Amino acid sequence: MTRKLPPVDVVLVGFGWTGAILAQELTQDGLQVLAIERGAWRDTPSHFPTTVAQDELRWYWRKEMFQSTARETLTFRNSRGETALPMRRWGSFLPGEGVGGGGVHWNGQTWRFLPSDFVAASHNAGRYGPLGPEMTVQDYGVTYDELEPHYDRFEKLCGIGGRAGNLNGEIRAGGNPFEGPRSAEYPNPPMHMTFAQHRFEAATGELGLKPFPGPSANMSQPYVNPLGCQLAPCTYCGFCEKYGCGNYSKASAQTTILPVLMRKPNFSVKTHNEVLQVKLDSTGRRATGVIHVDQNGEEYEQPADLVILCAYQLSNTRLMMLSGIGEIYDPATGDGLVGKNYCYQVMSGADVFFDDKYTNEFVGAGALGMCVDDYNGDNFDHSGLGFIGGGYIACWTTHSRPIERQRTPEGTPTWGSAWKKAVAENFLKSTNVGAHGASMAHAGNHLDLDPTYTDVYGRPLMRMTFDFTANDRAMSVFLTERVREIAERMGGREIRLNPREGPYDSMPYQTTHNTGGTIMGTNPSNSVVNRYLQSWDVPNLFVMGAGVFPQNAGYNPTGTVAALAYWSADAIRARYLRNPGPLVQA
Amino acid sequence: MAALLGSAPVIVPSALSKTLSGSIPWIAGTSPAPRGFGGQRFFTAAERRCVDALVARLIPADELGPGAREAGVVDFIDDQLAGPFGRGERWYMMGPFADGLETQGYQSEQPPAGLYRAALAELDAHCRAHFQDRLFADLSEAEQDAILGRIEGEDLEFAGVSASAFFALLQETTIEGFFCDPVHGGNRDMIGWRLVGFPGARYDYRDYLNHNGAAISIEPVGLSGRAAWNVD
Ligand SMILES: Cc1cc2nc3c(=O)[nH]c(=O)nc-3n(C[C@H](O)[C@H](O)[C@H](O)COP(=O)(O)OP(=O)(O)OC[C@H]3O[C@@H](n4cnc5c(N)ncnc54)[C@H](O)[C@@H]3O)c2cc1C
Repeated sequence: MTRKLPPVDVVLVGFGWTGAILAQELTQDGLQVLAIERGAWRDTPSHFPTTVAQDELRWYWRKEMFQSTARETLTFRNSRGETALPMRRWGSFLPGEGVGGGGVHWNGQTWRFLPSDFVAASHNAGRYGPLGPEMTVQDYGVTYDELEPHYDRFEKLCGIGGRAGNLNGEIRAGGNPFEGPRSAEYPNPPMHMTFAQHRFEAATGELGLKPFPGPSANMSQPYVNPLGCQLAPCTYCGFCEKYGCGNYSKASAQTTILPVLMRKPNFSVKTHNEVLQVKLDSTGRRATGVIHVDQNGEEYEQPADLVILCAYQLSNTRLMMLSGIGEIYDPATGDGLVGKNYCYQVMSGADVFFDDKYTNEFVGAGALGMCVDDYNGDNFDHSGLGFIGGGYIACWTTHSRPIERQRTPEGTPTWGSAWKKAVAENFLKSTNVGAHGASMAHAGNHLDLDPTYTDVYGRPLMRMTFDFTANDRAMSVFLTERVREIAERMGGREIRLNPREGPYDSMPYQTTHNTGGTIMGTNPSNSVVNRYLQSWDVPNLFVMGAGVFPQNAGYNPTGTVAALAYWSADAIRARYLRNPGPLVQA
Repeated sequence: MAALLGSAPVIVPSALSKTLSGSIPWIAGTSPAPRGFGGQRFFTAAERRCVDALVARLIPADELGPGAREAGVVDFIDDQLAGPFGRGERWYMMGPFADGLETQGYQSEQPPAGLYRAALAELDAHCRAHFQDRLFADLSEAEQDAILGRIEGEDLEFAGVSASAFFALLQETTIEGFFCDPVHGGNRDMIGWRLVGFPGARYDYRDYLNHNGAAISIEPVGLSGRAAWNVD
């Protein structure tokens, strides 16, 4: 039996990065806000102090940091002709679970997208002519200039370290000259670079490129954010991505928002409660709340005036499908929008091996790196290249955790004495140059519900149909060649290229940058949510997260995810609350 | 605000499910301990012998020093297979099962422990049939390497269980056992970490940021201390 609970003003589904941002914003207006999170309460001293955080086997390989696939996973296939099978354990990406979501175990590489990324369809078609066949790329419906103040807010919340390359239109040496204009310098200076970054900086400089420090949510110095939360300087321990930070040195909901938010009398969070669906009234045009279930299997109906999905791109999309909001996209007919334009990230790179130089990559941090943006977005002329988009190229020194990293030169066997020797010789004397490529939308890449496999509640798993597209591959070949040019100049003995070849493989870790499925846009015929992330079908429902990206740019997503969350929260506070209803007339 | 600061968290428990409001809930000393090494056994004596021989070929003892056998990798794997990992407790193990494509990852109907057991039986059966009734552990190193090479090259099939899925799992768990924190029973005496020069579970390298390409020599440290501190 479903127990009906007393109503609240706002219910947030999921309590990770976007949930924390929305809660902090909406409680300022005195609204009663309840977040419902399927995972546990988690905090720095109780869950990832330095005495337990640096455990590679436990947190990453045994996946104790992430959502348990025993309860729910995805099914996956490369193309429609194949039968999707469940991802029996996570591989290519790692959905978070518990308070703080993926923000607990991110690296903290915190980017803004380029102004042209928000108008990828009109900009590229305007400059280069019609896009390739079946490319379903479209404009975001919001511009960089509109988001700029919101990027700035997130960077200040997090204490991002970096160097501005474009301050109010003025290009500044040492920063990224290709970025959109910023209204302010980064709140903190860049991270302290190490040997590998110095070599990358020299190599890219010789090639006439414009190296700059990667924007980092690992603290380059002690920092107090605008909410009064204190962060400590990063100690470069090399356990960022896939681990909680025990030093209060990485921006997360825990370090930047929760100390303030949790004290508010009008906020509460329910942990270990999973939202099963958004409940609609009989018209199907209004959400009345959500249904959730606790660890004992007790089901509850939580009524709310406003429902906001903050459950990560994958869960947000699945909840829309399971709640029957909008029509699920069908690639055979092109009908439907929910699940459309699923995109990812196209990664490639090169390892660089030195003979007599130690890179000592255990001295590392999630966002310690030098980057070039010369080959990202439309920062270079694509005429005659046969693709649009690009990616940043970087030398990040994030870690040298040995279960995860055994770099060996080309031709090394995968086991035995020769393997052992190669691992031992190169472990401290190698680095990597990586291309972080965009992923452009394609009619055949999508999400829908699996016809066979179910979760622990017997509901269909979401099915992912995805492969790298012709555009992705051409772009990646181009970027990987640029990587090679840089890597070869870094003074090493040899390099080993890791090109993006073959079909997309759901198992080796690539990135947790899943995008699309609940895309934003200019009208209800091309998008699930409007430019304020409000559902076209159900105006008292908003959808956060990278699911709203119509296609993914050549950057990590969270800076843009957070800027969009602030932008949406502003629209809710300034306009929606006064006059609940559609913020954009269809 | 001041009034709220001192207030105790409101916790309405229903087993693990809670509603939290009013302040940050924190009880000292509640950080979750790792499962750690329980010394549990899953393998039969014959299986243990076989796995010990296998891991000793993947990461052999040689002129560079001790290998997986000396690092206690078989103890690590045995304990892991006897625990939640072996049972696939955090894996999605609902059917139907199909072979799947390489890009679809692990698709065995058996969780890791079952896959090991079935494959080890097949491996020894193959050896008995082709090497005058000897078991894998009885073969010469060259013979063992040749078999491993054939499995890796997908030139040797097992009945009822995928030889290549087994090889991947064997390799994965051997590397885990060689390089994990010693609290999990592998990487004994930090053999794996010493081989490559990984300093372990340290959490402050700020003094070394200006290494500028020079070697840094520091003793490895585990979650429960240094190798030298451990009493056997
Ligand atoms: C290993 C790793 C490294 C990363 N590194 C970077 C990086 O360097 N830079 C970058 O920009 N991004 C990075 N990311 C991505 C970043 O973590 C995400 O973009 C960000 O956390 C997304 O915020 P979100 O609020 O959409 O989702 P999350 O922060 O993941 O929060 C979603 C929450 O919703 C909960 N939830 C889901 N479904 C339900 C349900 N049905 N009911 C109740 N609760 C539910 C989840 O348990 C989770 O806590 C990384 C991610 C990972 C996993």
